[in-house]
Amino acid sequence: MDNRSFIIARDDWSLHRKGEIDQERHKRKVKEAIRENLADLVSEESIIMPQGDKIIKVPIRSLDEPRFRYNTSDEPQVGQGQGGTQVGDVVGQADGNGQSAAGTGPGKGGREAGEQPGIDYYEAELTVDELAELVFEDLKLPHLKPKTAQEMLVDDIRFNDVRKQGMVSNIDKRRTLFEAIKRQALGGSLHGGAYPAAMQQGGGIPVGIPGPDTAPAPVLGPIIGDDVRYKTWEDIHKPQSSAVVLAMMDTSGSMGTFEKYIARSFFFWMVRFLRTRYENVNIRFLAHTTEAKEVDEEAFFHKGESGGTRCSSVYELALQMIEKEYPPSSFNTYAFHFSDGDNLSSDNPETMRLARTLLEQVNMLGYGEIRQRTYGYSSKQLWDVLKRLESPTFVQALLEQKEDVFKTLKAFFGDEMAS
Amino acid sequence: MLLESDTQQLEQSVEQLTDAAIQHGLDFFPMRYQFCPSEVLYSIGAYGMPTRFSHWSFGKAYHRMKSEYDHGLSKIYELVINSNPCYAFLLDSNTLLQNKLIVAHVLGHSDFFKNNAMFGGTDRNMVDRMAVFANRIEAFSQEYGMDEVEAFLDAGIAIQEHVDPYVRFGHVDGFRETDGSIKDVIGYIATHSRYLEEWQREILHMLRAEMLYFWPQMETKIMNEGWASYWHLKLVRELELSDSEIVEFAKMNAGVIQPTPGRINPYYLGLMMLRHIERKEGIEALFEIREVESDVSFIRNYLTRELAEDMDLFVYQKQQQVYRVTANDVNEVKEQLIRSRTNGGFPYITVRDDDLHGRGELLLHNRFDGMELDRKYVERTLPLVFKLWGRSVHLETMAGGKTVTYVYDGKQLVS
Repeated sequence: MDNRSFIIARDDWSLHRKGEIDQERHKRKVKEAIRENLADLVSEESIIMPQGDKIIKVPIRSLDEPRFRYNTSDEPQVGQGQGGTQVGDVVGQADGNGQSAAGTGPGKGGREAGEQPGIDYYEAELTVDELAELVFEDLKLPHLKPKTAQEMLVDDIRFNDVRKQGMVSNIDKRRTLFEAIKRQALGGSLHGGAYPAAMQQGGGIPVGIPGPDTAPAPVLGPIIGDDVRYKTWEDIHKPQSSAVVLAMMDTSGSMGTFEKYIARSFFFWMVRFLRTRYENVNIRFLAHTTEAKEVDEEAFFHKGESGGTRCSSVYELALQMIEKEYPPSSFNTYAFHFSDGDNLSSDNPETMRLARTLLEQVNMLGYGEIRQRTYGYSSKQLWDVLKRLESPTFVQALLEQKEDVFKTLKAFFGDEMAS
Repeated sequence: MLLESDTQQLEQSVEQLTDAAIQHGLDFFPMRYQFCPSEVLYSIGAYGMPTRFSHWSFGKAYHRMKSEYDHGLSKIYELVINSNPCYAFLLDSNTLLQNKLIVAHVLGHSDFFKNNAMFGGTDRNMVDRMAVFANRIEAFSQEYGMDEVEAFLDAGIAIQEHVDPYVRFGHVDGFRETDGSIKDVIGYIATHSRYLEEWQREILHMLRAEMLYFWPQMETKIMNEGWASYWHLKLVRELELSDSEIVEFAKMNAGVIQPTPGRINPYYLGLMMLRHIERKEGIEALFEIREVESDVSFIRNYLTRELAEDMDLFVYQKQQQVYRVTANDVNEVKEQLIRSRTNGGFPYITVRDDDLHGRGELLLHNRFDGMELDRKYVERTLPLVFKLWGRSVHLETMAGGKTVTYVYDGKQLVS
């Protein structure tokens, strides 16, 4: 063995990528864990009320390495003060995960494997978009009906040509310069010119500007009018696909906060999902008690009304709306109706008839019945009635708890629907 | 980043520091200083060893440490490996002065590794042995599938700290517990489980060997850091430093040993205790202590009332929504510190029966020491023990003042 008392070495560590590789493995596991928790996550309040790409923290218990450990959060620990600490002094706020517990010093440390008291769970950070990507991974658009009429055209412009005439504001500087170089190179004059090949500031055309006081560096001569190139555009027409979501909900007295919350979670994800597939997604909110009317989002989710329920009213309104504004030949319409199932008995046949008509006009019709288990009873009237629709484009979903939102999404946009 | 001229200067300083350390009586392994970029240093920190096997949990630790570093929350200047020769990894962005301090600090660690009794039974060739382990695990992954091996490692790692440290000293089965049960849970399962395949037994034995190697480091954190800090202060002060270096040194030293309000900094606690002892009993006493004590005995024997008051140590506990000081009496402080460091800070768990009810079921026993187990973790760990044992697994412990037995039978956990 080499017995020199010390050696200082600087090896090449560029191939030591172990940490990175295992970190990737860990990331994949985090993703898997999130995927397993999706049902909980999609109905998470902090997620469905987001502003932009805000980052959400997702607690994942399964990624904290299991081991036998003490329940330290309530146990006494030793701390150190700055002098004069008395019994009864408060030394910290409990923040839920016992983090003010003594850990290793912040300066160095980390010599041991796995000595730190772990946090209760591992917290992964991801953006709402990343979460959406995971949620939508298995979702597909069901039953796209071919649209007979040409889909909406939209005018757009694309700069895709270069010409010798055009507007000054559209000068293509690079090409102009290139033309000048080319011309002078052809003419053999591209050397020893008077001034450097610089365009003037401000984007104006420096045609023929002499450069008396510049050094005789290699050089481009003046740019003349013939060199100048302009970018020009073409009008383009591209088909635009758009979808309409008809959000229908029973807002009668029996629909409480929980029911509306469930509906809201569902529509949040539904619209978000459709936006990944269509350029334009419109959502219209139709609320009904015994009468149906279109309301804004705020009213839809927050305002409750009292009174009875006549579900046929909302199907009728939906049909009118489709007839007037969204002809099935050019629109992909998705209708979803939430109710607690408590419909006026005499209205059921009419509801059934209208639902069947609506079904012919839309890509899909969904019916979600929200019943909290705690209620103990349920009328199930509308559920049983609509069951008879028996169409592949009709989906029924029962939502009893928050987690069922994800199930419903899957039922609506899942594999079997897309086949 | 070190310049060429700095490198020469560093060579000189290392030589001076090394000579001075020898003159002061330090007795260390030959030193191998290795400069490396932060990603490498942090990966060594996460794995505990540059050659260790791959597992996602190390990747997770690496990610956490690295992002703390990237965000300027914490910094590791060096990592030192208990081996002969002794490898010390230094961050390549350290300044010359930082490196001087670190070299002095690391000499203290190397001396401690070589001379402290707890390290007596550790394998000084562990760097190479771990590389062999890593290769074996890699080969198993190829043969049996990565997911399969990873899932098995998950289970093994869940009980890896339940070893018997005395097996290091030639007691092959460790010492019998007074009730006849066996502390070496992972070793026992590796040998006696009827359902493991050979490669699985081999993995458990490897995890056990690695844990036995790391164990003394957990047992001596306060002493080891205190000792190294004591020496970096002493040795660097003997170097001729420029004024600006003196300021930089003071800053860095303060950063390393400063007490963090509300927490225990092992560097600070160890250093203060050693200094206190030196004043009373002279430096020879320190050399003896570094040889025979572990953190538990060190605190029990040397943490005095005077010291505890000087350092303003106290016991605190969560009460409702705040942490409140419940005691500052030295005996309570000592008791709490000792308790938190006993058995590496892990619950004491032994194998009590491997044929419970005559059905080959495993009975684990948790020796209750006043702290309850975290139930949520028990719920997740027992199924993993089941995976290793292959039959129902029982864990006996105390909860709410009563004896409780958790049982996992392969399907569900009951208590």
